[in-house]
Amino acid sequence: MQDLSELLSQALEELSTATDLVTLDTVRVQYLGKKGSLTGQLKQLGKLPPQERRGAGQAINKAKQQLLAAIDQKKTDLQAAALDAKLQSETIDVSLAGRKMEQGGLHPITLTTQRIEAIFSQLGFDIAEGPEIEDDFHNFTALNVPKHHPARAMHDTFYFDDGSLLRTHTSPVQVRVMEKTDPPLRVIAPGRVYRCDSDVTHSPMFHQVEGLMVDTDITFADLKGILDEFFKAFFEVDELPTRFRASYFPFTEPSAETDIQCVLCQGEGCKVCSHTGWLEVMGCGMVHPEVFKQAGIDSEKYTGFAFGFGVERLAMLRYGVDDLRVMFDNDLRFLKQFN
Amino acid sequence: MKISMNWLHEWVNPSISFDELTHRLTMAGLELDGVEAAAADFTGVVIGEIIAVEQHPDAERLKVCQVNIAPDGTDADTLQIVTNVGNVCPSMKVPVATIGAVLAGESVDKPFKIKKTKLRGVLSQGMFCGADTLGINDGSDGLLELPSDAPLGDNIRDYCQLDDQIIELDLTPNRADCLSVEGVAREIGVLSKTAVKTLKIAAVPTSHNESLNVTIDDNQACPRYAGRIIKGINPQASTPLWMKEKLRRAGLRSLSATVDVTNFVLLELGQPMHAFDLDQLQGDIQVRFANNGEKLTLLDGQKISLKDNSLVICDQEHPIALAGIMGGKDTAVDDHTQNIFLESAFFKPEVIAGKARQYGLHTDSSHRFERGVSPDLQVRALERATQLIVDICGGEVGTITEVDHAEALRNRAAIQLRQQRVTKLLGIEIDADLITTMLQGLGCTLKITNEGWQITPPAFRFDMAIEADFIEEIARIYGYDNIPAVLRPFTPRIAVQKEGQLALSRLRDSLIQRAYQEIVTFSFVDAKVETLLAPEQKQTKLANPLSADLEIMRSTLWSGMLKAVASNLNRQQSRLRFFETGLSFIAKSNGLEQRKKLAGVITGNLYAEQWASSNRPVDFYDIKGDVEVLLAQASAQTFRFEAVKHAALHPGQAARIVSDSGNNVGYIGALHPKIQTQLGLNQTVFVFELDLGMMQQKNIPAYQKVSKYPSIRRDLALLVDETVSANDICAAIDKVAKGESNTRIGLQLIDYTLFDLYTGKGLEKGKKSIALGLILQDFSRTLEDAEITAYVDLIVNSLFNETGAILR
Repeated sequence: MQDLSELLSQALEELSTATDLVTLDTVRVQYLGKKGSLTGQLKQLGKLPPQERRGAGQAINKAKQQLLAAIDQKKTDLQAAALDAKLQSETIDVSLAGRKMEQGGLHPITLTTQRIEAIFSQLGFDIAEGPEIEDDFHNFTALNVPKHHPARAMHDTFYFDDGSLLRTHTSPVQVRVMEKTDPPLRVIAPGRVYRCDSDVTHSPMFHQVEGLMVDTDITFADLKGILDEFFKAFFEVDELPTRFRASYFPFTEPSAETDIQCVLCQGEGCKVCSHTGWLEVMGCGMVHPEVFKQAGIDSEKYTGFAFGFGVERLAMLRYGVDDLRVMFDNDLRFLKQFN
Repeated sequence: MKISMNWLHEWVNPSISFDELTHRLTMAGLELDGVEAAAADFTGVVIGEIIAVEQHPDAERLKVCQVNIAPDGTDADTLQIVTNVGNVCPSMKVPVATIGAVLAGESVDKPFKIKKTKLRGVLSQGMFCGADTLGINDGSDGLLELPSDAPLGDNIRDYCQLDDQIIELDLTPNRADCLSVEGVAREIGVLSKTAVKTLKIAAVPTSHNESLNVTIDDNQACPRYAGRIIKGINPQASTPLWMKEKLRRAGLRSLSATVDVTNFVLLELGQPMHAFDLDQLQGDIQVRFANNGEKLTLLDGQKISLKDNSLVICDQEHPIALAGIMGGKDTAVDDHTQNIFLESAFFKPEVIAGKARQYGLHTDSSHRFERGVSPDLQVRALERATQLIVDICGGEVGTITEVDHAEALRNRAAIQLRQQRVTKLLGIEIDADLITTMLQGLGCTLKITNEGWQITPPAFRFDMAIEADFIEEIARIYGYDNIPAVLRPFTPRIAVQKEGQLALSRLRDSLIQRAYQEIVTFSFVDAKVETLLAPEQKQTKLANPLSADLEIMRSTLWSGMLKAVASNLNRQQSRLRFFETGLSFIAKSNGLEQRKKLAGVITGNLYAEQWASSNRPVDFYDIKGDVEVLLAQASAQTFRFEAVKHAALHPGQAARIVSDSGNNVGYIGALHPKIQTQLGLNQTVFVFELDLGMMQQKNIPAYQKVSKYPSIRRDLALLVDETVSANDICAAIDKVAKGESNTRIGLQLIDYTLFDLYTGKGLEKGKKSIALGLILQDFSRTLEDAEITAYVDLIVNSLFNETGAILR
């Protein structure tokens, strides 16, 4: 019978050279299997004198436990190594770009319009729309611009042969809202408008937002208050000086042009504001009694204000675009800048 | 309107700075558009008199002049100046740049200094100045000849009052009263609380009774007409320098003394006037509407054919002037005119408005008459002009002929202004006394009442007609800046949030997530493109388009969109995914429809170039997938795609999208290759267009139980004719799944999918192979094999019956 300790160290020796689980199992079977050499030692216990059996049995079992523990340890080690190797082999370059359909984006005019809508929605304004091919009544007459009024010359109007026209402003929506809905009213109307004028600073089609608020107690002070808040919210600043200059629109009285302090130079004077420190951004005023009358609203009972401004102008100021024409060029390299 | 500050100061001289004054004007609605100096920046130019002129000994084109610049009564101080000016002659008075003078150079930072010099060997001690050099050119060139009484040695800046600023005011159309020096001065007076000069105009003594009879056909159109004859004027008289300078600074050229006077009065008082050559007139004056087709040659040489909506001034024979707009050429004053008929009339704004435009004209006169000239001005202006003409040109003044029906316009009815309305509209209380002062300053006559005022506006303020007009004036003079900004407390109001309404923003977001870029194109497009894309559609054409390629209102958003595709392809952008929303304009027999559309276009590769995915050009099913995502959100309806022939689309790759309520929601397909070529697109393009009005509703989710039992999948491989569409297959399955007699079984087919399609090798020609996956499930139990087989058999039978499909 082979010396037990010799057998064990031989087994451990073989174990240590095993580099994979198959070899490891071969070692286990060789020593601990049914016909294994350690198992064989146990079988030969019976041949020993009874007084030695106990001691020998214990020694063999101890060697067995020792070997089993070593095999388990080796197995764990090999599994860990195998996993390491597998993980190693699966390592990729995480800095490579992901597989994707990239995001597109909105046109800056839509971005700006959505922003304007969101701000006025917070003030409880509804959003209205109207036709772009308008009749003379809604675009002019109902807004107190009778035929041959000099103000018509300021609106270079596109006409159709039947006398209808492309709306020159979003103000007709104001009329349509008042025709349909009783006060109190809070509404804005964004949309396309048209003037037959085209040069570096004029596009024959552009976008406006019209605003209207009518109630029994609306004043010019309210108009100033709401517009002040709007501009601050739009440009995300705590303070933005505004000034209201007297002006003339047939459909409002008093009428005003609203200037904001130049957002590019903070009023210091720059090219964009023609060195005045102010930017003209909006026309507004109190709804003219004649406009109320045309819409069937009692101007003794109700007062209201209306305003209108160009979306492109605000978009250009907000995003630093210095050329109106690129807005309608639809150059992909321009559009992507707003994604 | 351009106006000289010096001229204004003759009328009103407030003790506020220039900046403060122009700021107040701007804030009060007379917007300052620009400021310019009345002359160039120069020094050292004095008035000199040429004493002697000699030919330069060595240069044919040069003359050597002796010039005296010593003030009268002192010893002569003679300079020798060599000049190339041709028309110099002794006793001529001219501006002389003396040694040390600094003149404006080619640019601001390069002034030009006069030094003692020799020209071809002859000493020259200065330079003569033309109007150009001094920056006061009104269009004439050469030497600026000064009047003989110009004081020798005086600085030309003082003599011509060149230290002056010209302001340009942008006036709104309601402020016709400010189209004159008098009007602006009046406004400045109110804004600065400063007294304004009143110009006293006395009647000029007459020396004869000759006059023309004036007949007016329509007293409403021409309520007032005044005129007079002035005989024996000096046609050669030249306009005094002070008047020339005032005209120049207002942007008008000096023409002849008579015409200059009428222009001067136009600027000073705001009354357009006209001088006719009396000797060219045939008898008396008649004011009437033109007959259609009557001819008139205007001052500017333009020959027009008159329309019967135009008021004209006629003599016994012909129209001689387009009333309030421009005089005729044949009766115009010229260098020989000695006898004139001077006209000063009031035409109704409504009669003149739009008429100048109609003939392609715009004049200082029409500009004022359209907006409203005071009906109070005519005789006053006529006397003013007469005096000036007599002063400059001499002449015998005749009596004034006047037809006046403007009494009612001058004496207008009083209008009520309630103080409570001022507060209601402006949101602040303004002191009643202050209001009274402001309105009086504006020329109103007031009567104080219990509630406020009874106001009679001045004749020159056409824009004061109702109570609100006065409130505007009060706010304007009080200062909009002095009205507080109030963020009013809002009555809370929760707007209805319609969950069943599909928001456009959701659809836009879906497209953005699918790499679409939004574009905004013009609503008017090229007729040729519209004709290609919608040949059957009647075109909605602008009467006055800007250009031929912006002439037709788009009936489809594709018109503008494909143009954007073409221009981007030309800029080396080969992969494009665009969408646009907006109205399309569709002319129908019963009128025009303006419908809100959402359109898209894709071309180029499916993906942006990337290492991890194999790429390929987009095809019909890519864009269809995008559209299906959009339609799925309008979940209140289902939509089907039907093959269709569409003029703009590939005949084999085009579908109409129809809702289950039968509405034609839109089209999708490959752009017709022929059109693609005609539009200059060198790659295949796929498009869609949806009617947003027809896809606004979505379902509010209604919960349904999920089965706890396992689902079973059965796959079928079918062989069908190539002509059998997916729609046909689905219909055959639905016939079983949704059939009335199979409601019990219908519950069991929870989904099915067509997961493979094969044509080609190994299949009989004209056939295709389709793989279907059927997914079955029950709520109450696990399905048994036998019943599944029975159910699948039903479907197979239906497929065979409806489409001829057989199991492979």
